[in-house]
Amino acid sequence: MAAMRDALGEVLVSLGARDPKLVVVGADTTGSLKLSAFGTKYPDRFFNVGIAEQNMIGVSAGLALAGKTVIAGTYAVFMPGRAVDQIRNTIAYCKLNVKLIASHGGVSVGPDGGSHQALEDVATMRVIPNMRVIVPSDAISTKKLISAACSSPGPYYIRIARPSSEVIYSEESELSIGKTEVLRDGSDVAIVSNGLLTSRALKAAETLKSQGVSAAVLDSHTVKPLDIETLVRFSRSVCGIVTAEEHNVIGGLGSAVAESLSESRPTRIRRVGVRDVFGESGETEELMAKYGVTERDISEAAMKLVKER
Amino acid sequence: MTTQVISFRDPGRSLDLARLRKISSEIREDILMMLSEAGSGHPGGSLSAVEVVVSLFFVKMRHDPSDPLWPDRDRFLLSKGHAAPLLYAVLSKCGYFPHEELKTLRKIGSRLQGHPDPTKLPGVEIPGGPEGIGLSEGIGMALSSRLDKRSSRIYVMMGDGEMDEGEVWEAAMCASKFRLENLTAIIDRNGVQQDGITEQIMPIEPLAAKWRAFNWNVLEVDGYDFSSILAALEKAEKAKNRPTVIVAHTTKGKGVDFMEWQSEYHGKVPEKAVVQKALEQIKRG
Repeated sequence: MAAMRDALGEVLVSLGARDPKLVVVGADTTGSLKLSAFGTKYPDRFFNVGIAEQNMIGVSAGLALAGKTVIAGTYAVFMPGRAVDQIRNTIAYCKLNVKLIASHGGVSVGPDGGSHQALEDVATMRVIPNMRVIVPSDAISTKKLISAACSSPGPYYIRIARPSSEVIYSEESELSIGKTEVLRDGSDVAIVSNGLLTSRALKAAETLKSQGVSAAVLDSHTVKPLDIETLVRFSRSVCGIVTAEEHNVIGGLGSAVAESLSESRPTRIRRVGVRDVFGESGETEELMAKYGVTERDISEAAMKLVKER
Repeated sequence: MTTQVISFRDPGRSLDLARLRKISSEIREDILMMLSEAGSGHPGGSLSAVEVVVSLFFVKMRHDPSDPLWPDRDRFLLSKGHAAPLLYAVLSKCGYFPHEELKTLRKIGSRLQGHPDPTKLPGVEIPGGPEGIGLSEGIGMALSSRLDKRSSRIYVMMGDGEMDEGEVWEAAMCASKFRLENLTAIIDRNGVQQDGITEQIMPIEPLAAKWRAFNWNVLEVDGYDFSSILAALEKAEKAKNRPTVIVAHTTKGKGVDFMEWQSEYHGKVPEKAVVQKALEQIKRG
């Protein structure tokens, strides 16, 4: 197990050494997001603006307009939540070199409750032109994808989860933004997932195997631009696709996959995700069970597709 | 017609009041001409701030129209983006783009968007439109300038109606925290916002006291007196360890008697015949 937030802190410290133009802007959650590790190492390039997310985005835009590579980070309910206008009208509108990194996506946040569990952030960011949206599935891919985003000019929204999660990748794994990782091949169904649901998708595939179903697992860490080629390739051989994400089924990965495939190669799809409701307080696993984002939800959705074939 | 491009890199250009008044009058004519051609836009808040913006671009700021991205330039950020016609008229007069292009304001395919877009037009520093974001962007630029040990100064022009936006006050605290002495905010205190008089829509007084309470160096000027505008800009440059805000007392719609203090001319362009009358008034001075 490893925490994506620790990975964030580590990768920023190493990127800071490589790129003297890299600056970090935080909003009173810098300890929680481990942005403070960067601040300790590079105090001149670290700006904590307090609990003021709109100003954080404006300051980030100004830094980027002046030539800096900017990391702006806090919890997803606050950013994008509190600052969608500033993100739209500065960072996205002018393609500014700002990487928005939001922690605490999904119900896995736990006891803080529904107010702190962002379930709409991927949707709000995905519909803004120029914005690219990434939801890494473990600590290693968090590092690799943030590093890749920092070498690629322009805006990104990168969403990570609060709890520690299973490690899926190795340091040697080669990941590219915009390219789906085929974690497991399969011929009956394909599970397309991201975030904490990817490790659960891998377990679901094992369960399905014991029931005689061959399930592919695709890590669609990049929600936008979506790797439609890989989706189309799998859609030709399987009877259906299960999408799995810790987000509202409206507007996130499931929507993106459904929109794209219905235009290019209509495919039966079942979406695993939160069913258009807010979360509540509880422990991570309790909440993931209650809101329908577990290994079992994935395998049941896959079985339905197979039985309906 | 070719546009004469002058460099404004060297500070200390002589103060020729007659020249500044002539430029300001021509800028007002350009604003009305552009808006009339466009058929829509915001005359009131463009006319109100002419002298302040002319003081910056023609006297105070170091900038270079032949090299708009000169890294050591001073920067003018129009946070009240609806005053785009004023910014465009001034940029054109400095030589950033041809005067003829002013007629394309708000037309399809134009670089002169209804609200400024820095990716389209040289000399524009920030995107404009939604109120209340510019000061935050100015903070980012001022931090960057300090980090890079550049002497660039950052000037952010806000509207008084913009004071209603919460982000302005987030930014006000932030600029103080970081002791941004290279940042100067200017408030175009013309007293009128879209729906009416500011003190009726959302009272902002005591404005100077508010900024003092946020630990800013606060100056107040008559927004039509070049000598006091320029003296305040000098004082702002000398202030140490804190940002400066200049409250410029102005008149919405300045220069055209029937537009002055009229909220209806915040976002409405008069008929062409009426524009003709306005132009005659401005030419008469």
